[in-house]
Amino acid sequence: MNALKRLRGANNEGILLAVIIVLVIAMAMASPAFFTPSTFFSLVRSSMVPLVFALGVLLVMVSGGIDVSFAAIAIFAAYSAIAWSSGSGIDPGLFGAFLIALVIGALLGGLNGVVIARFRLPTLIVTLGTQGVFKGILLTYIGSRYISAGNLPPSVLAAGDAYLVNIPGAGYLHAMMVPVVLVTIGVWWMLKYTVFGRGIYAIGGDVEAARRVGIKVVRTQVLLYMMVGALAAFGGIIYVILGKNANPQSLVGSELDIIAAVVLGGASIFGGRGSVLGTVLGVLLVQLINNNLVLVGIPSTWQRAAVGILLLAGVGIQALATVRASSRSTAIHEETVA
Amino acid sequence: MSVEPVLQVRDIVKVYGGVRALGGVSLSLAPGEVHCLAGENGSGKSTLIKVICGVERPDSGEIVVGGGEPLTHTTPSEAIRAGIQVIYQDFSLFPNLTAAENIAYLSELAARHKLSSRRRIRAAAEAVVADLGLRIDLDADVADLSVADRQLIAICRALVGEARVLIMDEPTTALTSAEVQRLFTIVERLQERGVAIMFVSHKLDEVLQISQHVTVLRNGLVVESGPAAEYTGQRIAKAMIGRDVSQERHVDPVEPDADVLLAVDGLGRDGAFSDVSFELRRGEILGITGLLGSGRAEIAEAIFGVHPAEEGTIAVGGRPATISSITEAMKAGIGYVPEDRLTQGLFLENPIAENIVAASLDSYRGKGRLLDRRRIADSISALFEQLRIKAPNPQAPVRSLSGGNAQRVVIAKWLDRNPTVLLLNGPTVGVDVGSKEEIFTILRRLAAHGTGIIVISDDIPELVASCHRVLIVRAGRLVAELVGDEIEVAEIQQRMAG
Repeated sequence: MNALKRLRGANNEGILLAVIIVLVIAMAMASPAFFTPSTFFSLVRSSMVPLVFALGVLLVMVSGGIDVSFAAIAIFAAYSAIAWSSGSGIDPGLFGAFLIALVIGALLGGLNGVVIARFRLPTLIVTLGTQGVFKGILLTYIGSRYISAGNLPPSVLAAGDAYLVNIPGAGYLHAMMVPVVLVTIGVWWMLKYTVFGRGIYAIGGDVEAARRVGIKVVRTQVLLYMMVGALAAFGGIIYVILGKNANPQSLVGSELDIIAAVVLGGASIFGGRGSVLGTVLGVLLVQLINNNLVLVGIPSTWQRAAVGILLLAGVGIQALATVRASSRSTAIHEETVA
Repeated sequence: MSVEPVLQVRDIVKVYGGVRALGGVSLSLAPGEVHCLAGENGSGKSTLIKVICGVERPDSGEIVVGGGEPLTHTTPSEAIRAGIQVIYQDFSLFPNLTAAENIAYLSELAARHKLSSRRRIRAAAEAVVADLGLRIDLDADVADLSVADRQLIAICRALVGEARVLIMDEPTTALTSAEVQRLFTIVERLQERGVAIMFVSHKLDEVLQISQHVTVLRNGLVVESGPAAEYTGQRIAKAMIGRDVSQERHVDPVEPDADVLLAVDGLGRDGAFSDVSFELRRGEILGITGLLGSGRAEIAEAIFGVHPAEEGTIAVGGRPATISSITEAMKAGIGYVPEDRLTQGLFLENPIAENIVAASLDSYRGKGRLLDRRRIADSISALFEQLRIKAPNPQAPVRSLSGGNAQRVVIAKWLDRNPTVLLLNGPTVGVDVGSKEEIFTILRRLAAHGTGIIVISDDIPELVASCHRVLIVRAGRLVAELVGDEIEVAEIQQRMAG
């Protein structure tokens, strides 16, 4: 019983892993083209940016909120950094580009945080509003022009061709995987081992109780949203590097897949629960479906429906687990009586 | 006494939107003193606690801890650093974290650690739990623990830091008498260490057992303050509400051949209770009591269909009723006031008026199946008057009400459905003496008008004061039925423990 419980994981990560394995086996049986290194490499490649975004969404969700502005922040920060560089002709270098974007992202995220924490407004409404504002400002004041590979800063363009592993004919692992993995580990470590990270769980569990034990809720939330903004910007720059272009119209619209992945990963939409491991698995699952349904002969028009069905299933499992937990606690209660 | 007080509250004034909650309250706590703060709901007790612990800022006056500087920008963390700890009535725990983290996170925060060490948290939590001689599963999520365990965790959390002043807001409501005694042992141990304790409770006999000093608040003012030895429960109660209260037994006679409103026969649910049979007659108030976890609440929940019974039959008003859901129970004419009214019985953010009609909206459908607004307004104001709910108007949100008044709203909600049988689980938990008496007056009147009333409670004196019959549950079985003169506090206590 206990071993089984550990296998299932605190947020059903085990179930998720099992679903992924079953899916992989099913797809492999359905199509011989599936079980190849190239499928694996492209899965990893297409998961990198969504994973970074998903980590930000996870942080917000654990704190009891929901963020739909991350895509707007990501493209705002990345495009601004690139546009400034290509407009002025100054190449800030790869680190410089990251730095500029991260600062912009943190500022925009901080704005979200201040509005949410100071005025105690619902996060969904605030981020819905700010994502519109951010996108509007980007297109009006910063630029609406597509920046092609030739106009990217040379350092950023060069990073697009940096491979960690390159097997000709099969595919490659991109060098940007390294920072993505590091950031993932960083977020995992922060959530698990820092007082700040545990504070995010506490706030997600009960804001009023958090206030009462002396957690500086406003400061924590503002910091959290700055961090999430920076994460979004980080994802935005990687998106530009991988795609070798900067398009101010891109990314916005992809929010739902990310949020779905995080919820599938076991994060509770009511806050207080969620893990990095679950989020990683959730992202992989969604990407697996997005990439490969066509491969096994299911029309691409079914992709949206498949993600939707998965999302419902994920939330359903959560709800069932809650019901089970409550009936379990009465059972414990009864045992102590007898 | 020349000992320097550890906490001084000086002339605190707090006004909320024109209403004076505290009108210049002063008191002081000596080290090792247990100071009882008594007062009705709405007397300003909760506001005073909030001010002392920094959640609310006073309009004027100051709080001084241990002869130091007055606390200035009072925030919760400042108060905690000064050594003030509060055990809140609602516990204020984090349901999603483990017991160990709930207990020790605070000390990580207070020590300004940046990294949170699982080992350190575990050790700190274990130390407190061992120190208090408790047994708690530290790895369990608090959401999975029973109410009594949660209360213990709240206590442990308050003690993990170096508390100099400990404020306990209604700490005994969810505890059995054995657990209360254990809490008192803990309190005495803390006293020996020089911790000053402010004890807020409605159970006046408990208060007198433990405290050395009594301060009574009424309408935001200190009306009496003095050594506990000079007080009796009666005197405190009188000071609290400004008039005499009685807890004498007072039951109206029931006709022996009155209709049977509820007949329960051989009711059982695996692991919770078995073979429960009883009848309730028109005009009767029936008490059901037992220790926490004896199955008393589960029986009520089975009758109301929350966790339906697996065997046995229920008949309401002479007609057999199959109750496998709450909807069916409601249709059969059963109403239920749950134990945890704040989370289960009310829509806290919504106006009183909406809460009152929440369970009976169906009956207000007029022509074309639309709601009849006028009729709704009429019954709301009738119930508002009848139950004497103390609020500026029926549009005030329920959250703004005191415990006793919130309870009246729940009762009003069910009365609006005209139930044949009304079950009340712990109707006076967290309700002060004056309101308690009024709630039972209301119940007596309801019974006299023909509603069958079942009260599930562990407040034995109130059962003695109002019930025609008392059923005692032990380990899931009805072990005794007391009638008339047999209904006595000592007798019930003895039968409960077995």
